Amino acid sequence: MGVDPIVTNLTVFVLAIVVGYHVVWNVTPALHTPLMAVTNAVSGIIIVGAMLAAGPMQIDVGTVLGLLAVMLAAVNVFGGFLVTQRMLSMFRKKNK
Amino acid sequence: MSANFVALAYLLAAVLFILALKGLSSPVSAQRGNLFGMIGMAIAVLTTLTITQNVIYIILAIAVGGVIGAVVAKRIEMTAMPELVAAMHSLVGLAAVLIAVSAFYNPVAYGITQPSFFSQAKPTLYLSSRIELFIGAFIGAITFTGSIIAFGKLSGKLGNKSLRFGGQHWVNLLLGVAMIGFGIAFCITPAWTPFLIMLALALLLGVLLIMPIGGADMPVVVSMLNAYSGFAAAGIGFTLNNNMLIIAGALVGSSGTILSYIMCRAMNRSIINVIFGGFGEGVAAEDVGAAVQKTYRSGSAEDAAFLMSNADSVIIVPGYGLAVARAQHAINEMSTLLLAKGVKVRYAIHPVAGRMPGHMNVLLAEAEVPYEQVEEMDEINNEFADTDVVLVIGANDVVNPAAKTDPASPIYGMPILEAHKARTILVVKRSMAAGYAGLDNELFYLDKSMMIFGDAKKVVEDVIKSLQH
Repeated sequence: MGVDPIVTNLTVFVLAIVVGYHVVWNVTPALHTPLMAVTNAVSGIIIVGAMLAAGPMQIDVGTVLGLLAVMLAAVNVFGGFLVTQRMLSMFRKKNK
Repeated sequence: MSANFVALAYLLAAVLFILALKGLSSPVSAQRGNLFGMIGMAIAVLTTLTITQNVIYIILAIAVGGVIGAVVAKRIEMTAMPELVAAMHSLVGLAAVLIAVSAFYNPVAYGITQPSFFSQAKPTLYLSSRIELFIGAFIGAITFTGSIIAFGKLSGKLGNKSLRFGGQHWVNLLLGVAMIGFGIAFCITPAWTPFLIMLALALLLGVLLIMPIGGADMPVVVSMLNAYSGFAAAGIGFTLNNNMLIIAGALVGSSGTILSYIMCRAMNRSIINVIFGGFGEGVAAEDVGAAVQKTYRSGSAEDAAFLMSNADSVIIVPGYGLAVARAQHAINEMSTLLLAKGVKVRYAIHPVAGRMPGHMNVLLAEAEVPYEQVEEMDEINNEFADTDVVLVIGANDVVNPAAKTDPASPIYGMPILEAHKARTILVVKRSMAAGYAGLDNELFYLDKSMMIFGDAKKVVEDVIKSLQH
């Protein structure tokens, strides 16, 4: 009897939630805003789904919507990582 | 490229995302963590490019979005971070909706169809794929419109009030049930009509869920939508059977959930209470007017400068009012002068001091305040009793002792910064008006408190002038 992909997906999902739980509780409260900005960038990973949607050779409604989604997700990926970088570079030690 | 190689590259990217979040455990490792995140994303995108067609168009779309994102990231003011984050959540939500629609339009491309019994008929979606498509689409839709409303409120375009009408919860419940109903109908017979009605209802629900929340609850809303955006990405991962999307989405989802929990705890409220009950309206107004005229002491910036320069230790309690007055740089200049005089200066940050989690820390960092001087509530609360002077500036409810002493107070039970334990308390404020929650604050009327009226930036600049003499 084969396992339905939805069960495999659920396994991965639950394990990732557990990892996320432990990693995020270790984030220092001072960096919660950068955390949110970087998670914005990470959720931009949806760009991969968008690229697959835009992928089929034949250009139709499906691929055009996919391309639009690629563009939106790219805003998140670039915006998220760069604004995080900008914020993190502000956190500095005592004045030299 | 072989499917196995692609899957392994995705695994590498997923591990790098985990390391990106792990790096944020300290400012020292955070930048390297962010770099890991970027590398992970680059690996994921480049690998995907090898298995799609229309590469030119895709690269073009990435370039357009990338330039927009980069420009915004460079220009955005740090005070406007909550709006930016909300806007980005809405983009993820919309992208999830578009992908779901696209996947339903052309399911064969994703390999999520089963061959039909009748060879001529169109292949049909697997039942599990229909369920996943439904869930991915509706979470995306709620995230999309909910975040737009949150963005509107945070940027002041919609007003920051909570807007509600009678029976709203029943309307929401009805819409929610109807949405699930059409979703189930879609799972039984995959057709456009139930799918689109379900989407429309989810979009409407996103608006109605966030509309009634406002004011002090906005940090919770932003965190909650952060979680939704992650779950929307994970939902699409389920639809496409893509483990990396599921992992990344789950990480973001648990991050947003934890932040929501931390924000709720910092206000002593439950998430249910935030979603279903307004705050700071109606509840508080009663006893402010009834209160007897209480007396308070007021002083000048020179008095404050004198008191602080003669102190051994000073704790500054900044609130969002500080950022509104754009006084961050001035306050850093002031504390540098005090430090030069041998005064121990630290900042005490309440978890809800800004408009999103950790917002005040970023605002102080931008003003070049070294992060060693900035302490969290739990770290510093025991030290107020040994502190000579506390300077409360642009904050109010987070130092209101009523949260500890008055069971009748709406904020009773909320953890506060125990500024009232210090030997002298200086409060910079525009007037005696009540704070965000509409409450009076006993702290202002203590014998050891002194009010300094005026704009935060102006007052701090005056303090600097007298310190320089």
